[in-house]
Amino acid sequence: MNRRPNSRRNSSPGASFLSFVLLAAMLAFLLFPFYWTFVTSIKPNSELYGQTVTYWPKAPSFDSYRKLFLDYNFLKPMLNSLIVAASTTLISLTVSLLAAYSFSRYRFKGRKLLMTLFLTNNMFPTVLLLIPLYAIMRRMGILYTPMALILSYTTFTIPFSIWLLNGYLSDLPQSLEEAAMVDGANRAQAFLKIILPMMMPSIIATGAYVFMTSWNEYTFGVMFTNEANRTIPVALKNLIGQLGVEWGMLTAGGIITIIPVCIMFFFAQKRLIEGLTAGAVKG
Amino acid sequence: MRKKTNPWPYILVAPALITVALVVFTPVVNAILMSFQNYDLRRPSARGFVGLKNYLEAIADPLFIQALGKTIVWVGVGVGFQFVFGFILAILLNRKFVGRGIVRSISLIPWVTPGVLIGLMWRWIYDGSYGVLNDLLMKLGIIDTMIPFLARQETAFPAVILTIIWQGIPFFALMILAGLQGIPDELYDAADVDGANGFQKLFRITIPSLKNVIFVTTLLRIIWVANSVDVIYNLTEGGPAYATQTLSVYVFNKGNSLNLGYAATMSIFLTLLLSSVAVVYLRNIFRNQEGK
Repeated sequence: MNRRPNSRRNSSPGASFLSFVLLAAMLAFLLFPFYWTFVTSIKPNSELYGQTVTYWPKAPSFDSYRKLFLDYNFLKPMLNSLIVAASTTLISLTVSLLAAYSFSRYRFKGRKLLMTLFLTNNMFPTVLLLIPLYAIMRRMGILYTPMALILSYTTFTIPFSIWLLNGYLSDLPQSLEEAAMVDGANRAQAFLKIILPMMMPSIIATGAYVFMTSWNEYTFGVMFTNEANRTIPVALKNLIGQLGVEWGMLTAGGIITIIPVCIMFFFAQKRLIEGLTAGAVKG
Repeated sequence: MRKKTNPWPYILVAPALITVALVVFTPVVNAILMSFQNYDLRRPSARGFVGLKNYLEAIADPLFIQALGKTIVWVGVGVGFQFVFGFILAILLNRKFVGRGIVRSISLIPWVTPGVLIGLMWRWIYDGSYGVLNDLLMKLGIIDTMIPFLARQETAFPAVILTIIWQGIPFFALMILAGLQGIPDELYDAADVDGANGFQKLFRITIPSLKNVIFVTTLLRIIWVANSVDVIYNLTEGGPAYATQTLSVYVFNKGNSLNLGYAATMSIFLTLLLSSVAVVYLRNIFRNQEGK
């Protein structure tokens, strides 16, 4: 992100104080649910369902987490999610990069139509696709394998990935590759040696987006998996079914679900934000 | 010699196109066909083409009309407030202060939170017996008895809308913040010289410069929010008594109850509705690309 030497000058101390209060209120609203989920997960049952609501447990306990991993084998769905999300990221990036390159570097017949097709892809309600897809997956023999999810998630992340990568590629001056090609490199070499390294930040950002989307998805996950390969949101939802109102363990499951996403996001956020906003801002 | 068409652009697009064709367009065609059929898995023997029957049924279905209205409120109020609060947050985050980077990334977390978890967290917050929202409102003296927010007709819909607003603020803030950082300082300096006040700067410089960002982000959010099922589904499943049943949740519920033909018909209505939004969006994208 290009740092501005001086962001908006903070004129008066009054305005500064007001904006501080507003920001604090806003952050409290955005973050409180996470705080509350965490606090709930470390409360013993006696305090959870007691007469008064406590905002910090008198006797914090990690019992819920222990039970979750020992009795409900929460590691397994985490591993399943990791496999699905990592494979999706790899495939989606490769396929989208090729398409984005084509859209940004060639002017060809049907280009507009194809771009429209990709962009409209995400407008179809998930539920519209779900049932026909179930039949298709079964016919292909990949239902209840990670492949079914990888294929679906790849498709749903392609349009946005193409959009992100296309925006970024269009900003790279073509003269760079042209110079390399004049020097005798072919298009593929120019792409690998010149464009790819320069695109790295944007590729990482797009990858993080794809990974998080796949990690979080529930609707397809619940339809296309079974006991053996269910992903983490599905496991979490099942837990709600099994445990009913055992909020201690449910919230512990929630915290475990979000931690990998947070770690991922913090590492990639700077580049992800650049990539995400580049298209819309320069548009 | 005739100029040969370069095959490369097509070859490069092919893998993406094949995947999308398989996973999106085949099912869509399938769904369109389903919408003209009597297709109810509970009565497989009655399956067959019935022309526009499902469509006529939908128009006369009070629940469909209600869901349509709910969708408009859900999207209008939801995206509207996401924009307003996102805008305020972006302006606040654009000011210089210690720890800005960390605050900025932390405030984005709701956006990367899975829908199932959002449902779980907020259900617990809204809980009628041990919920923290009830406790806070009681302590503040706003209410004197516990309210089961998600179980009551009048409070359930506002509650799910508040949740989607919470979820969507960060994305708006993120995009608008990027837009803000693209506005050259000179514009504000010039305005200062001319003696403009804060409001004049906001309405004459900031908002006009952000027009494109706001436009694109709003359209994207409209499509996402209209299609979103998991937040409402994990909070209320569309109840109580259909009070939170938007069109996409209605479709999901109908699909669950195995009336696939009717579910497909309603999802086509939803798709048509969103197409108008998408057309505006696409026009804008292509206009900008050609302008380059």
